[in-house]
Amino acid sequence: MLLRSILLLLVLWTSSSAAVIETYDFSSPELEVRYKLLSQELRCPKCQNQNIADSNAPISRDLRAILYEQLESGASNEEIVDFLVDRYGEFVRYRPGVDSNTMWLWSAPLILFVMAVTVVLIQIRRDQATATVSSNTQRAEALRRKYVDGDS
Amino acid sequence: MQPFKRFAPLIAFLALVVLLVRGLALDPMDLPSARIGDPLPDFVLPVLGNDAMRTPDGWQGKPALINVWATWCFSCRVEHPYLLDLAKTGVTIYGLNYKDDPQKAEKWLDDLGNPYAETVVDVKGTFGLDLGVYGAPETYVIDAQGIVQHRHVGVVDETVWREQLAPYFEEGEI
Repeated sequence: MLLRSILLLLVLWTSSSAAVIETYDFSSPELEVRYKLLSQELRCPKCQNQNIADSNAPISRDLRAILYEQLESGASNEEIVDFLVDRYGEFVRYRPGVDSNTMWLWSAPLILFVMAVTVVLIQIRRDQATATVSSNTQRAEALRRKYVDGDS
Repeated sequence: MQPFKRFAPLIAFLALVVLLVRGLALDPMDLPSARIGDPLPDFVLPVLGNDAMRTPDGWQGKPALINVWATWCFSCRVEHPYLLDLAKTGVTIYGLNYKDDPQKAEKWLDDLGNPYAETVVDVKGTFGLDLGVYGAPETYVIDAQGIVQHRHVGVVDETVWREQLAPYFEEGEI
């Protein structure tokens, strides 16, 4: 009986904590899609490793409210992000813009790709060189066996 | 070429160590305010305890601290005695009562003492949002022209005052 009531308590407790994040009614499904996208790309300034969609922090609740209001009032994604970057800095973007600070970040995939291709090319060339040498050696060995040792 | 090849992994390892050790020394919670170097965002807010309205120009003339506080904020209670001490030494501190109940805020100041030259009430947190506040307590330094010079997140104590805030007050009057 005790166990059952504890279980019941746990179930009630989890369901109530899942309901902390509020929901909004959007005037169009398109806005809701943009809301989901933006709330996942915007970072909670207080909790740092969460986006505002996942965070229970009061500031995230406020930012979601701002996001909802601005979407409903017809702001573009860019306007909304700029509004928040003005106040909280580039930090709030999980998808940072390209500037002198993030240049290396954005160009890293290309640089790494070029490095990888270079390494592979060098390796292939080296392998080919060794392969030629070894096939020459093998052929020489075969010829030697055929003509010198008299094998066939 | 050969000696370099032998030591290349070691060199790469050491470079990585330097990079990671430097990373350990950085404080990821240390976020510069996006408002530094800008004038205070516009606001028209009621002053706590009377019916006056305050705009940013009312806070110009000398450097001051703007302390973001609320009665629901535990750390604000922790830093409150130190703010009282600071105010006694002549530092101007303006209060920004952030997303709070003004009646509770008045009672708090009556009970604990009032370090603020003036407190404005931001019930909805709209000015807080414009300023880039993400919690309480936060403390901003503004200069005599009302330009935001510094933001400190968390409790202000003597070390924070001495190392981060006092330098903005040394020239000219406190």
